[in-house]
Amino acid sequence: MSAKAKTATVRKAKAPTTKPRVKAASARAGRGKRTPHVLVLRAPGTNCDRETAYAFEQAGATTTAVHVNALLASPRQLESVDGFVLPGGFSYGDDLGAGAVLGTMLRTKLGDPLKRLVDRGGIVLGICNGFQVLVRTGLLPGWDDESGEDRLVALASNAQNRYEDRWVTLEATSKHCVFVRPGDRLHVPVAHAEGRFVTRDPAVRQSMVDRDLVALRYVAPKGVSPAPFPFNPNGAEDDIAGITDPTGRVLGLMPHPERNQLPWQDPRFHRGDAPGVPDGRLPFRRAVQYLERR
Amino acid sequence: MASRSPAARRRRPAAVHRIEIAVRPGEMDPAGHEAALALAGVGLPDVKDVRVLRSWFLQGAHDAGTLERAARGVLANPVLDVFAVDATLDVPVVGGARSVEVTIARRPGVTQPEAESARVALHAVGVEVSEVHASRTFVVTTSASQAQVVAAARRALGNDVIEDVVAGRPTTHTFPTPKRAPVRRRTIKLRRIDDAALEKLSTDMGLSLSLEEMQTIQEHFRALRREPTDVELETLAQTWSEHCKHKTLAGPVRMRDGEGERVYRNLLKETIFDATRRLDKAWCWSVFKDNAGVIEFDGDVGACMKVETHNHPSAIEPYGGAGTGIGGVIRDILGTGLGARPVANTDVFCFGDPRTADDDVPRGCLHPARLLKGVVAGVRDYGNRMGIPTVNGAICFDPDYVGNPVVYAGCVGLLPKAYVEKAARPGDAIVAFGGRTGRDGIHGATFSSVELTSESETVSSGAVQIGDPITEKKVLDVLLQGRDAGWFTAVTDCGAGGFSSAVGEMGEATGAEVDLAAAPLKYPGLLPYEIWISEAQERMVAAVPPKHVDAFLALCASEDVEAVVLGHFRDDRRLVVRHGTTKLADLEMEFLHDGLPRPERAASYVPPVTREPRRRPKKRYDKDVLQLLGMPQIGSKEWVVRQYDHEVQAGAVVRAFTGPHHGPADAAVIAPVLGSRKGLVLANGINPAYGRLDPYQMALLAVDEALRNAVAVGADPKRIAVLDNFTWGRCSRPETLGALVRAAEGCRDAAMLYRTPFISGKDSLNNEFRTDDGRLIVVPPTLLVSAIGVIGDVRRTTTSDLKRAGDVLLLVGATHDELGGSHWYRLRDELGQNVPTVRPGAPRTLATVARLIRQGYVRAAHDLAEGGLAVAAAEMVLASDFGATIDLAKVPGPSKDDDVRLFSESATRFLLEVSPAHASEALAALKRAGVAAARVGKVTKATSLVMTGREGDGSPATRIELDAEKLRLAWREALPTDDAKQTSGRAARRGGKR
Repeated sequence: MSAKAKTATVRKAKAPTTKPRVKAASARAGRGKRTPHVLVLRAPGTNCDRETAYAFEQAGATTTAVHVNALLASPRQLESVDGFVLPGGFSYGDDLGAGAVLGTMLRTKLGDPLKRLVDRGGIVLGICNGFQVLVRTGLLPGWDDESGEDRLVALASNAQNRYEDRWVTLEATSKHCVFVRPGDRLHVPVAHAEGRFVTRDPAVRQSMVDRDLVALRYVAPKGVSPAPFPFNPNGAEDDIAGITDPTGRVLGLMPHPERNQLPWQDPRFHRGDAPGVPDGRLPFRRAVQYLERR
Repeated sequence: MASRSPAARRRRPAAVHRIEIAVRPGEMDPAGHEAALALAGVGLPDVKDVRVLRSWFLQGAHDAGTLERAARGVLANPVLDVFAVDATLDVPVVGGARSVEVTIARRPGVTQPEAESARVALHAVGVEVSEVHASRTFVVTTSASQAQVVAAARRALGNDVIEDVVAGRPTTHTFPTPKRAPVRRRTIKLRRIDDAALEKLSTDMGLSLSLEEMQTIQEHFRALRREPTDVELETLAQTWSEHCKHKTLAGPVRMRDGEGERVYRNLLKETIFDATRRLDKAWCWSVFKDNAGVIEFDGDVGACMKVETHNHPSAIEPYGGAGTGIGGVIRDILGTGLGARPVANTDVFCFGDPRTADDDVPRGCLHPARLLKGVVAGVRDYGNRMGIPTVNGAICFDPDYVGNPVVYAGCVGLLPKAYVEKAARPGDAIVAFGGRTGRDGIHGATFSSVELTSESETVSSGAVQIGDPITEKKVLDVLLQGRDAGWFTAVTDCGAGGFSSAVGEMGEATGAEVDLAAAPLKYPGLLPYEIWISEAQERMVAAVPPKHVDAFLALCASEDVEAVVLGHFRDDRRLVVRHGTTKLADLEMEFLHDGLPRPERAASYVPPVTREPRRRPKKRYDKDVLQLLGMPQIGSKEWVVRQYDHEVQAGAVVRAFTGPHHGPADAAVIAPVLGSRKGLVLANGINPAYGRLDPYQMALLAVDEALRNAVAVGADPKRIAVLDNFTWGRCSRPETLGALVRAAEGCRDAAMLYRTPFISGKDSLNNEFRTDDGRLIVVPPTLLVSAIGVIGDVRRTTTSDLKRAGDVLLLVGATHDELGGSHWYRLRDELGQNVPTVRPGAPRTLATVARLIRQGYVRAAHDLAEGGLAVAAAEMVLASDFGATIDLAKVPGPSKDDDVRLFSESATRFLLEVSPAHASEALAALKRAGVAAARVGKVTKATSLVMTGREGDGSPATRIELDAEKLRLAWREALPTDDAKQTSGRAARRGGKR
């Protein structure tokens, strides 16, 4: 894509709109079905960028990896894409708490372009550290306070106080989130030390439930609720594994669906119990389908 | 790095503000919890509770509103934390009457990654600070005195090399003004001193050079008619260290044993390496010359692997030692060829018994359980942050590791064939990139070549490095981009010996010139020789042709990686070191690399005199099986493995645990290229008990174990390469060296028997600990064999959990009366004598089993190892939703005793689950290949393990009947989970931030 094309798109996209518009990225695919283009963010310490890009490509999108320094230097890159994804890792070493440094940078320097991306129908996805970053940017679950300093939710240290890598089962609960449909079940791994979802107070949690912002929950076999350890792998409030925003176009989740894209990645594979289409593809496929249709 | 802006240097004292942050009262404080365990772990009495308070000191004129914004928006997390600006945060005392405060902070000038991160983030919210300093105050509720708490914190929470530990809670901070050390050339008077003085000089300078080596250097400089400089002596000491030159393994040895006398001019070359040369496999692309061995993986893409030891640093500082061990071996892979992409890590540890009583741990040693926890935390924090999955490993326990734990760290990478060869050319720039150079890790290479004592912790603290995995991840990112752009003619890592080894090795064929003044430093005041040999982490060196230098430096800058041109490669085979215009060293590469004297060492081997214990047949062996499953060595390592990210990069296919109930897998399989079904299998073989009885058989058995583990998951034995890692005692004793020679010969014979090449290796000698009362604890001879194999299609692999009721269980391989060194004997504190013997038919067994798996006949496979048939069967059951019945009378092999059949650890055996439809065919195939095999039982719906034998009159008798749940419990509770014992203070320093 030429720099000129990018600039042209930017001007057109300037005014926020609720109606998605056809843009340069999709025009590449010609008439008919659009091929959504997703920007994959790299920052110091990001380490799931390759498999995350692969998951979007499997789902039918094209991707470009961009380093955070390059994006800060030209934030307009966000104007010409359909999606923005923050992969897992340890951005800036999580030196000030998980996702804190990158979250602060995105909130202060890219807050507006990111909001515009969502407003014009684009998607934003944060996985693991990306989720931790998103709750620090204010995109999730959406601020009460414009300054973005009054946070409502956080991802605290796991209840068992250690890093935990294991496979879990998730069930989708949100009706309006474009990444899932209620009842979707995903068998995917978690791998984190700070994934315990907490809200500032019970009122925040209730409001999130009321507004359909809880996208994914950990579930135990036979529907035991709340799910005990290890089915809820970190002690998250209300078994919450992922949340969305009021538009449904932003999703943050602790587990890693990008790690279950191929049949043999699922540990049930050798027992013959893995589904033919891997579970982890679902959220990527649904998001891309949404982008293709809009 | 505490940043230093020009404003700060003008010495206008700007205001220093303080922000204190703590977890909300009543909320879990993970860092405090870890600290409490760590303090209790070093014996601080009556630790009721610990809360951690983070203090930030910000220099700059800021009003209260700005500071509030800094705290609320950046430094604290308002949902979880409370904070105070320029005020003292009240931390409520929990569960006791009073609390004592102790504060830990990095020493002035020492890198503080979180301070730099804070500066970046504060800048983003418009808060400009000239200097940032962070400290942690531990508020300890205890009846212990202030002095006791500080002393305990110094041991358990702080690191003397880089941190200050002080009583109380500081309310302000004075930022230091940098000092500069004068640079001058320092010569050492060497030419006219006698032998005693030469030895003293070696000791005083920490060179770890022998008298003969010092004499060689003396003669060299006499011939040059000048005195050496300190930099020259240090360079020679680093390059000639056991760590770098492998003087013993690559040196001449005269061996005497029962087979007579023989002389090796170069032990390694004439045993292990010679076997590889004779096997001459086309798929071995690079062996024993680069950082790592390289084999063909898929067409034009190769796979490389390296395994390193990091024993001594881990003994003193398990968290930092193990972390930098992983960091170092990852850099080995980054520095293989023109750079490989790491795709997996492995780790193998040996510790003293984790259940050792505190009083039985010699002074100066850390408790094995604490070492275990610290080492695991170090591997976890480094590997996970690098985004490299830790997929395979093992943990061994033996009382003789109490003074000297063994930490092996491995890394596997992928690289295109075009990037395998490298050669720096005269005129190429020497570009150093990554971390800054500090005083950390000085004399690591020479330190690793001496025995440890109770003083080692204080004397050698400088030899422990400090890791920063995010810096290394950034290095990885730019290195692979630079490689793909074609900007390098060579790369290598800064490991042992730092710049001196990296530049000395890269420039061996050309010569090199370096200006130490160009090296970015963590803090001022380093002497030139310290810059030259520092083993500060996360540094790489690249040879970059002049036309690409600017592009590479620009790439590094764009991703926040510091890079400088340190010098250039010459064409006269001289190594010249300067600091600015002051010349500090001028050595001939030839003398540096080939001048080392190679004295012949004496080796002898006499087999130990042991005997078999008297065995009495028992009616039931249920208790034995449960006890075996409960041995730390056999039991579940789940507590360890779950802390490693083994899924990152999305390549995992066969993981450490398998089956619905997470039983142990034999080996790891990864599919490292997304979308491709081509796989790598990683396995290992290690059993130190055999080292005591027969080091020759130990080597064969380690290779056998590594190969059969790999084959059990579906590897093709024809496409497996192996690596050797020796951890031995002091080889100046002929009998210790003799055991090493026997093991090397065993490796050679194993390679030829299985036609499996060794592609890389490493040795760590002098692993001994001298206690205060003079007792010497020597590690058992320890050989780790790591296997890396290529799998054509990862879907054709299998796991060890049972999968269908009614399936047939086939036992492959003969069981002999070989209980010597077995775990069953160890339960009774016996060693025995009959070590398992690897028999000539072993390769046929492996090939046939591999074929059966590839043909899809095998639903589950497990090798027979620790604990023999009984444990293997138990593990297959406990992993699954099924049970098994096994008739011991059917077990193939000469021994008729039930106890032998249950617990013997004879080599090259498998238990296979095969569908009834394929059982006869599979048996026939085994028979045709001349492999002993039999139907021994079947998979049952009832979830218990039933093993029956025969009474003296021939009537059936139940020997074992155990429910799967009982097996699981015994297996899972093997590792002590007493957190206080396993605590590492160093892990607590990281707090909950992982």
